[in-house]
Amino acid sequence: MKFKTFAAFVGPSIFMMLLFIAAPLLSVFIQSFQETITIQEQIEVETCTPGFVTQTCTTEIKTVPVLDDNGKTITETRWVGLQSYQNVLQMDKFWEAVGNGSWNDIMQIDFWKALRFTLSFTLLTLPLVIGVGLLIALTVNNAARSIRGPVIFVSLLPFIITPVIGSLSIYWLFVGDGILTSMMERWTGTNISMFAQAWTIEVLMYFYRVWHVAPFAFVIFYAGLQTVNMDTLESAVIDGASRWERLRHVIIPHLMPLIVFIALIHLMDCYRVFEEIVGFRSQAHVISLQWLTYDFMTPDDAGNRAISRASASAMLTMIGIVFLLILPLRRTWRDHKGSAH
Amino acid sequence: MFLKRIALAGAISLLGSAAFAACSFENEVPIKSLSAGFEAWKAVTDAMAECGSFQAELDQEFRTKQPAAFEANPALYQIGGVSNGTITPLLNSGTIRPLDDLVAKYGQNLSPNQLIRVNGQIMAVAMMVNTQHLMYRSDILADLGIETPTSWDEIYAAAEKIKAAGVVDYPLGATMKSGWNIAQEFVNMYPGFGGDFFNDDNTAAVNSEAGLKALATMEKALEYTDPEVLVSDSTYVQQQFQQGKIAMANLWSSRAGAMNDAAESQVVGKVAMAAAPVAMEGGAPATTLWWDGIVIAKNISDEEADAAFRVAMEGLDAETVQGANEAAIWLVQGYEPTEIAAGAIATASANPAPPAYPSTTQMGLMHTALGNELPAFLTGERDAQATLEAIEEAYTISAREANVLE
Repeated sequence: MKFKTFAAFVGPSIFMMLLFIAAPLLSVFIQSFQETITIQEQIEVETCTPGFVTQTCTTEIKTVPVLDDNGKTITETRWVGLQSYQNVLQMDKFWEAVGNGSWNDIMQIDFWKALRFTLSFTLLTLPLVIGVGLLIALTVNNAARSIRGPVIFVSLLPFIITPVIGSLSIYWLFVGDGILTSMMERWTGTNISMFAQAWTIEVLMYFYRVWHVAPFAFVIFYAGLQTVNMDTLESAVIDGASRWERLRHVIIPHLMPLIVFIALIHLMDCYRVFEEIVGFRSQAHVISLQWLTYDFMTPDDAGNRAISRASASAMLTMIGIVFLLILPLRRTWRDHKGSAH
Repeated sequence: MFLKRIALAGAISLLGSAAFAACSFENEVPIKSLSAGFEAWKAVTDAMAECGSFQAELDQEFRTKQPAAFEANPALYQIGGVSNGTITPLLNSGTIRPLDDLVAKYGQNLSPNQLIRVNGQIMAVAMMVNTQHLMYRSDILADLGIETPTSWDEIYAAAEKIKAAGVVDYPLGATMKSGWNIAQEFVNMYPGFGGDFFNDDNTAAVNSEAGLKALATMEKALEYTDPEVLVSDSTYVQQQFQQGKIAMANLWSSRAGAMNDAAESQVVGKVAMAAAPVAMEGGAPATTLWWDGIVIAKNISDEEADAAFRVAMEGLDAETVQGANEAAIWLVQGYEPTEIAAGAIATASANPAPPAYPSTTQMGLMHTALGNELPAFLTGERDAQATLEAIEEAYTISAREANVLE
């Protein structure tokens, strides 16, 4: 292909990638080393608050931002190096807790608490999603041709539901006197509170994520199953291989690139876990890294937000994803190089 | 053809809803407002809409949208609904205009009590007061021979009796959802024990005797509430009341009207209101006073501001209040306090009176720190002393970033 044609085809997408991926990333990267402060002054302010009958006025010294001639707040941006990262990671407290050998103390620091949950969430759901997805795919593949269509349709449904809506519905099913909680209470005769302690919330989250993502794995695996070499499979049958041996030695090796692909996507997706935290209102017990960034970004009633810490936290999340992806990516790279020769 | 018919039907239904009858003038300047979405705001914006060319956005996320929307030039909304908690960013960035001239021109019906003055200038017009008050099932307390509790000690004593009698699922309801709600519970309790949030140099002062007492009192509630109290917000507690699951709660007075709404409540006429309980003997009720009201954006033309204020005055007139008397503790003329307002009025007129929620930059930072650090105490992961230290640390980090320290 001529270079000109090549550039004309690839140019737009490179431009988009620079504009929508590289530039924001760069700006977040820069902001994580900066702090923008508002210049404040202390003035005496008299504020009046209505009571039911009369007003009460109080005069107090308030710290308020200075406004310039155009009525805008004056801000000053300064470089603070790794200060924001330190504020997020709180390494001094972390090492102190490690020194005391106290796991509980480490879990009191928001970042490490969030990292613990994010990692266990990502790594525990991964085998479950692949396993359940493969199981559904094999079942559907072996089902009678006439019912395959409806079965595929029904098993895909969980994947179509928006995560926020999905987690909210699980929340309403299991909270206090939700339908499922009431049913379980009737069976067991005890009072069940799924959202009163961390572990039950986490179990619900794992369950929800697997329910939500397994259909995606299923579709990919089902497509892969259609390409299994029938000759190999038949000769395995003739050699007396059991169902399990055929799966173990023929089907799974054939599907390996797809398994790596699913793992890759799942790791990337799961590390960004956020909807479950919001939907399940689990902030009191369990938080994730993405939620932490969101929490820094959310302005309070007075309009303050921690942009620098949010940027640092976002960068740390990205670094975390890169670490997680190294393993499956190396494998894909090796396979890719292998097949080229 | 079909499309045309639908468009026509839409146009006619729009015409039908725009009844100009109740408004004293016909507004021709397009006006938009952004406010919270509870019952009182609905009544007020519905009345404003009667003047025409008016569009209301009722959104519980208004507090995050408002500062940026008002900073735009021209501002995206002309009218903003605020409370003493949420007016801070608007005052700080100077995006709302002083209303003195408009009040002089159109504000004949306003009482001086409604005018929110900051340094002598009128910056907002209040329409209602809000505070927490004690809501309780009068039938249950009467059956068990319990006097109306006036302090938190009495609340827990009453809760013990109710629990023993087993007449409701949980004796107490509490708005302890992690984040803003649980922080507000502490903001109510802590000044009740005589605590100050800040020292003179803006450093945090919650690590104190009063802080420990406030935490102990909050923790005690857990014996009597739903085990899932850390996910329960005001709406959740309101519903627990309406379904007869709880007997007492220190809840927002703006939620009182819902108890007698026969369409959704099973306890109509059974919930009575009393002053918010005191935290300690001789102290103020453990609550904070709030007001809700309107502000006008600065970055709009004077003509728009004029029209916006006139429309707002139509929303805040006696007619609106008479149509929605139970929706709030109105400050507007024509309001007839009913029984459900008794608790809030008793709270607001208590001696010593509870403090108003402070509208300062530091309080916003403190509120966030409280909301993030308190849950670990109530789940039992951290003791009271460590929690107070963690709150101060979290506040210090964000206060440095916001440049309010040193």
